[in-house]
Amino acid sequence: MTDFSVIGKPRGRVDGPAKVTGQAQFADDLHLPGMLFAKLLRSPVPHGRIKALDTSRAEALSGVVAVLTGKDLPEKYGILPVSQDEEALCTEKVRYVGDPIAAVAAVDEDTAERATELIALELEELPSYMTIEEALEKEGEPIETLRFGPNVHKAVSLEFGDVESAFAKADHTREDLFFYEGSTHLPMEQHAAVARWEPEGKVTLWSSTQTPHYVHRALAKVLGLPMNRIRVIATPVGGGFGGKSDPFNHEIVVAKLAIVTGKPVKLTLTREEVFYAHRGRHPTLMWVKTGVRKDGAITAMHFRSFLDGGAYGSYGVVSTYYTGALQTTTYKIPAYKFEGTRVYTNKPPCGPKRGHGTPQPRFAIEVHFEHLARELGMDPIDFRLKNLVEPFTYTANWLRITSCGLRECVEKVLEASGFRDKRGKLPEGRGVGFGLSAYMSGASLPVYWNDMPHSEVQLKVDRSGTVALFSGAIDIGQGSDQVLAATTAEVLGLEPEDIHLITADTDLTPIDLGSYSSRVTFMAGNAAIQAAERLRDQIAEAMAAKLDVPTDRVAFRNGRVMDAQRPEGGVSWEEACAVAEAAQGNLMSRGAYKPPELSGPYKGSGVGPSPAYSYSACVAEVTADPESGVVEVDKVWIAHDVGRSLNPTLVHGQVEGSVYMGLGEVLLEEQVFRHGLHKIPSMLEYKSPTTKDMPPIETILVETVDPEGPFGAKECGQGPLLPVIPAVANAVEDAIGARFHEIPITPEKVLSAMDKAARGEEPLIGPTSLPDYHLGEVLRVDPPDGKKVELFPMHEET
Amino acid sequence: MAKRGLGKGRVKGESQDIWLRLMVNGRRCDVVAPVQKTLLEVLREDLGLTGTKHGCELGECGTCGILVNDLFVLSCLTLPVDIQGKEVTTVEGLAHNGKLHPLQQAFSELGAAQCGYCTPGFLMAAKALLDTDPSPTREAIQDGLSGNLCRCTGYLKIFEAVELAADRMGAERRKAATAPQVAP
Repeated sequence: MTDFSVIGKPRGRVDGPAKVTGQAQFADDLHLPGMLFAKLLRSPVPHGRIKALDTSRAEALSGVVAVLTGKDLPEKYGILPVSQDEEALCTEKVRYVGDPIAAVAAVDEDTAERATELIALELEELPSYMTIEEALEKEGEPIETLRFGPNVHKAVSLEFGDVESAFAKADHTREDLFFYEGSTHLPMEQHAAVARWEPEGKVTLWSSTQTPHYVHRALAKVLGLPMNRIRVIATPVGGGFGGKSDPFNHEIVVAKLAIVTGKPVKLTLTREEVFYAHRGRHPTLMWVKTGVRKDGAITAMHFRSFLDGGAYGSYGVVSTYYTGALQTTTYKIPAYKFEGTRVYTNKPPCGPKRGHGTPQPRFAIEVHFEHLARELGMDPIDFRLKNLVEPFTYTANWLRITSCGLRECVEKVLEASGFRDKRGKLPEGRGVGFGLSAYMSGASLPVYWNDMPHSEVQLKVDRSGTVALFSGAIDIGQGSDQVLAATTAEVLGLEPEDIHLITADTDLTPIDLGSYSSRVTFMAGNAAIQAAERLRDQIAEAMAAKLDVPTDRVAFRNGRVMDAQRPEGGVSWEEACAVAEAAQGNLMSRGAYKPPELSGPYKGSGVGPSPAYSYSACVAEVTADPESGVVEVDKVWIAHDVGRSLNPTLVHGQVEGSVYMGLGEVLLEEQVFRHGLHKIPSMLEYKSPTTKDMPPIETILVETVDPEGPFGAKECGQGPLLPVIPAVANAVEDAIGARFHEIPITPEKVLSAMDKAARGEEPLIGPTSLPDYHLGEVLRVDPPDGKKVELFPMHEET
Repeated sequence: MAKRGLGKGRVKGESQDIWLRLMVNGRRCDVVAPVQKTLLEVLREDLGLTGTKHGCELGECGTCGILVNDLFVLSCLTLPVDIQGKEVTTVEGLAHNGKLHPLQQAFSELGAAQCGYCTPGFLMAAKALLDTDPSPTREAIQDGLSGNLCRCTGYLKIFEAVELAADRMGAERRKAATAPQVAP
């Protein structure tokens, strides 16, 4: 089935018209009769003990309806079952400036805010830990003590193969240190949630969330209600990028306030508060050592990461593993050791931001390999080509690689950019750089252990012929609505606009685990195709009888159903549905997707496996001004293996958006603190690229048609961010000779590198040491040498 | 919506309500609201025009942009008392008789709206730009939209959509100019 009518065609999205007319209803657009407004009292100190809390003056204020403190919501929660360390409102301790302590519901926002100011709060300030080094080395009462020692949230040590003897076989080794500064998602939409107590004894929550199912679970736990007394509806998300993937304190608080007051309650974060909600990129300190033979073949790699996790666990255990898991999905590394440590600090919690834990090591490795190859006397590109992973192989850490267009991506991006004619040959101040990457099309395990599908879709046809599609997936701008509508329409011979979507409502829609880990196209897309195929087969059976032809000759095209051998005949879709309903009763179908079992035989092997990996290669051309220190990106070329491009308009949009976000991270964006306070919690001071900063981007799509993907598709929303960062760093080195082992590459850092060069020192900017922390025993795992790759295609025709 | 520090220290009851007579999307609207309420709040809360969004409420992101007498202004920094008698246009006033404005059509077709949250502000800024410069260069578009932030698209699809809309509007104008005049 390669003669598609919808798939592969550039077109707008089904939710486009609602979004360009202002009719898309975001969470803060909801206004319910009698609605109250809530505000949070937040901690003014980074680390402290609550000594006294008196809400009586706030409660007495006219217009205040309810006040909550931690005593009302004592149950802890967190996105991962292993890290249940958050409180909706702090009970004993506060762990960052902005940690919520009390909540007020009042007749309007002004009154609610005024009431929070009337709450008497007495705090005993504790020593604060603002960096990785302070968390590991500073004396004093720790933020938290788990089994890994004070302030250490997670420590992991894994070794695949005999790394020591593999290093012994190397002709050359090199070590480098890197630091990747934290950054935040900065979604244009401030988080908002509305809750309503229903007369039948249920609470409904509307929220701007990427993960309504996980919010549903957390609400049940903290509110002490069974899940069937809670309904979660995800509103269209006005930008997520990972930042709306956790259950949040404000969601729990509005639900509780709705229960307590019996009235609808809304809570919308201010922009400053969005910086406190955070869950952004972990600041990460890294050390990497690689051994190579004279011919350039890698023999071993040892990678260490230290993640600055902020005040709570969030996805941090997973983030820690991700800083080590995907190194092997781009290059053949026969022996590999990874040690990761995540610490608690007194800052807003870090979590998953686009690329989740993988942009940091990708930056480190792609810059490290430039130095390593040149020391070896090899062209850095040739060095990479020598070591690229091959399709349909296993990595040393048991990751199954299926379709892989990495080599084609590298070749195409080099050719389009003229890289080989430019590298080292452009005038002083101008340069080109290269980087490549891989990313997952969905995690193969859910956030909590269960044996059920990850995505389910139901279809139902009514007497108008309208196909209603029910899915738990939520569109966060990535185009999940369009993927669901387009895949279904393709199978049924309809247009995407013919599919009516009902999404992300726990009372109405079947499960989708959420819009995270680039999983929706692959998983919900596969579920939609299965549901559509089953619906098509029901109608084909009834139509076969009517047309008196075999079932497999019934074709669905252009809104008509006909004998494939007599395409001019046949009936309209509506008539075919009537025939089928008359023969079989109500027309409905279901589809489900569950990833194959892909985990390796070791603890921790659940992070990294994915049913398919996307691949990207990037070239950036820059101009760096050694006088002002300003780096400008002149052009970006990026090639991306998307499996199959379901809709080039949307795929280009995702790739361009990823490049944009990568450029922000490498040159501008930083979530930084001073004396425990966020230094720049505003959109003006947190510098993100504007229309005037964006260079042209040339996007090249590579289609490898993945054997398990929906119509062969893989992800495109996160992977293309990764190679941009090292490509720019490498381009700056080509331009002015300065080496950046630390991002963002700000003008101050460029000038500091220039000063070093002028003093005759190596113009290297980056960390110089690792903290003094040693992990426990290493878990040794034999690589799956010679294991045959098994495939589990879901649909015969794709 | 989430006000930041507005009303801090102000005791309820102190604020003075005033009667506002506004022209919004060609319709006269009478509103009684506290004098310090921003135009953004009046549009969204009193007039139910929630198509206008907010990203910071501090005049930093362009999301709440609207037109006042065809000029692009930030509704979060505008007090309704200052614009009485002037024409306010919001995203809800862009389409005519159910037909999308060429900018809306182009944004929808080319995927210039991903999450769609910044889209109304961009549409209004683009309309103000095309009103003064009907066939802008790429650089003029980058300048004209530089007060608006978008985190999804990387802006390129937005630039292309403005160019496509400008081309189509130009073609429409040329067609209208060469069409035979019909006597009234």
